[in-house]
Amino acid sequence: MKALTWHGRHDVRVESIPDPEIVNPRDAILKITSTAICGSDLHLYDGYIPGLRAGDVLGHEFMGEVVEVGAKSTLKKGQRVVVPFTISCGDCFFCKKTQFSCCDNANPAETSDASETLMGHAMGAAFGYAHLTGGYAGGQAEYVRVPFSDVGPIVIPDGIDDDQVLFLSDILPTGWQAAEQADIEEGDTVAVWGCGPVGLFAIQSAFKLGAHRVIAIDHYPRRLQLAKQMGADILDYREVDVLEALKELTGGIGPDAVIDCVGMESHGLAIDNIADTVKQQLMLTTERPHALRQAIIACRKGGKVSIPGVYGGFADKFPLGQMMEKGLTVKSGQTHVQRYTKKLLDLIQKGELDTTFMISHREPLGRAAELYQKWHDEQDTYTKILLKPGMDSKPQVDLVAARQVEPA
Amino acid sequence: MANHTDVTEEVEEAVVRQNEEAVDDARQHRPTSPASRRVADVEEDDRVRIHDVEELHADEEPSRARRSSAHGNNGNGNGKLIGLGLTLATAGAAAFFFAKARQADELPDGPLLSDAPDHVLRGKALKRARNQEEGRALVGRTVTIGKPAQELYAFWRKFERFPEFMDNVREIRRLDETRSEWLIEAPMGATVSVKTRIVEDVPGKTIAWVSEPDSQIEHEGRVEFAPAPPGRGTYVRLLLRYTPPAGEVGRLLAKVLQREPNVQARRDLRRFKQLMETGEVPVNASPSGRKSESPTERRI
Repeated sequence: MKALTWHGRHDVRVESIPDPEIVNPRDAILKITSTAICGSDLHLYDGYIPGLRAGDVLGHEFMGEVVEVGAKSTLKKGQRVVVPFTISCGDCFFCKKTQFSCCDNANPAETSDASETLMGHAMGAAFGYAHLTGGYAGGQAEYVRVPFSDVGPIVIPDGIDDDQVLFLSDILPTGWQAAEQADIEEGDTVAVWGCGPVGLFAIQSAFKLGAHRVIAIDHYPRRLQLAKQMGADILDYREVDVLEALKELTGGIGPDAVIDCVGMESHGLAIDNIADTVKQQLMLTTERPHALRQAIIACRKGGKVSIPGVYGGFADKFPLGQMMEKGLTVKSGQTHVQRYTKKLLDLIQKGELDTTFMISHREPLGRAAELYQKWHDEQDTYTKILLKPGMDSKPQVDLVAARQVEPA
Repeated sequence: MANHTDVTEEVEEAVVRQNEEAVDDARQHRPTSPASRRVADVEEDDRVRIHDVEELHADEEPSRARRSSAHGNNGNGNGKLIGLGLTLATAGAAAFFFAKARQADELPDGPLLSDAPDHVLRGKALKRARNQEEGRALVGRTVTIGKPAQELYAFWRKFERFPEFMDNVREIRRLDETRSEWLIEAPMGATVSVKTRIVEDVPGKTIAWVSEPDSQIEHEGRVEFAPAPPGRGTYVRLLLRYTPPAGEVGRLLAKVLQREPNVQARRDLRRFKQLMETGEVPVNASPSGRKSESPTERRI
């Protein structure tokens, strides 16, 4: 099969590798119909996540048709399913508490040691996201093996487009959890750093969960425009002093909740961020937490900090005193996707959530490698890229035809 | 050289300027709670220090002039002395505080106070451990498994199923009710046989075994099942003790068993938990998800 594989920093390739097969009884095999490139794939592309090996298949946002099932899978051949990016066993203490991304069993014993040393506890598992989180092959491919297929995948009824439900795999529930973890109360103003797909869904979710007002911060005009389209007030940090602006917009109180949808690779030329960038390039730190620092300083006293943005290790100059003295509540974590899929599918079916507004590109899987570069370099134009393995055959035929008629 | 110095100075000045700006910024937003006032005082300190830095630079001016008029590194003398002094002072202070901390950290004689198992003791305490034996490595690890102790005990008591979760155990042959032979993988595809005998067997609580005298390695193991907090299943603790054996086979075996006995125990117990809770041992079968590609990493 064809798959997008990682080979090093800024080196991903579409290659032919063997098809996956059923390994364990609860496995299923999917034929991928749609998959997306995630913002967090850029952390892999940039080489900031430790534990990737050359040849690893990336991709953790995908859906497809069930083509093979293990003896203990509850899926049936032919079903169309969306698969959460987190792999969860459904049986352990954490899964039973619906803390699915903390699953204690899905990360194989062989790949748990590193994260246990690094984080204090072995991390959960995810598709296509380095061996720290299990080293499972991802879904930017024609086929994928889905372990614990009786727990994660959600069956999609007929009549709903792939594009409407694909994001149930990650960014929609991630945006939703980000807003939920902001514990929004009546009258709350929520500030969201980063208007990438997760940020945009966080904005939409915050309104859905009762936010009075959402203020979005970014520097890409098109992304800010999408945020405005979702009803947010927008701040371009190149134009304003964000802290000053947030205070002025909230009558001096500051936002009641702040959401960091940026993560470890903050942009911008603030002095702390320049220092972090240098340190990151020299491998002295993994984090560039400028957005989070700013969010914590901006948050009102007694306010709430929600961190869906991905971080990988120890951060420098973390505003710990500010967090403590202002009495902030911090909630974070990888998304417990399985907790939200049913509810969110329901909202999609009722037409209460718009899940397609940020899709800018639908492309064949064969172009994945160059699209990673576009996704990395042209973030204003490429707001969300979908890959459709089914589109591959057709353009190829056309190309061959075109070449044949071309005069030598 | 001169250019380089200029650039460095510029950078330093820029940093000082930025620091000052930052302090100014912070002062504009100075909060009024008592704690924040403490913070503000600290800022005051920072400011003073920044000026100190500037004065330091001012002091250096003459030396710079000398450097340019005379030659080479002579002018650096003062700076070097200051640097050396600072380094020595820092080192001295560090040594003093380290010695002081060490004194305070000294373990007094008498029984150990910690309510912790032997395998987490360290330093002097480890030497005084209740069950420590000279020359023998003790490895221990505990996991919580969401199943009743009786069920876990019953699975473990059938040693024959060890290969399902212990990845260096290839096969277990049952010899009689208490004795069994373990075939353990050694480097280069070889196997080594260890005969073990159960020496303690408390249903639902404990199984302990030792290697028979004619085994190729000496090995002692113990698994304990204790109730976890209500609703959380069972604490399962695996304790292993090895004597690094002599001889070539022994050396290779020591490599197998001693290389990372902790890692081995950790992984074996994790697989046991996975198998008991989910009915299977997860493998990533990386990179493309095929049986032939698992397990992903050989440990020998």
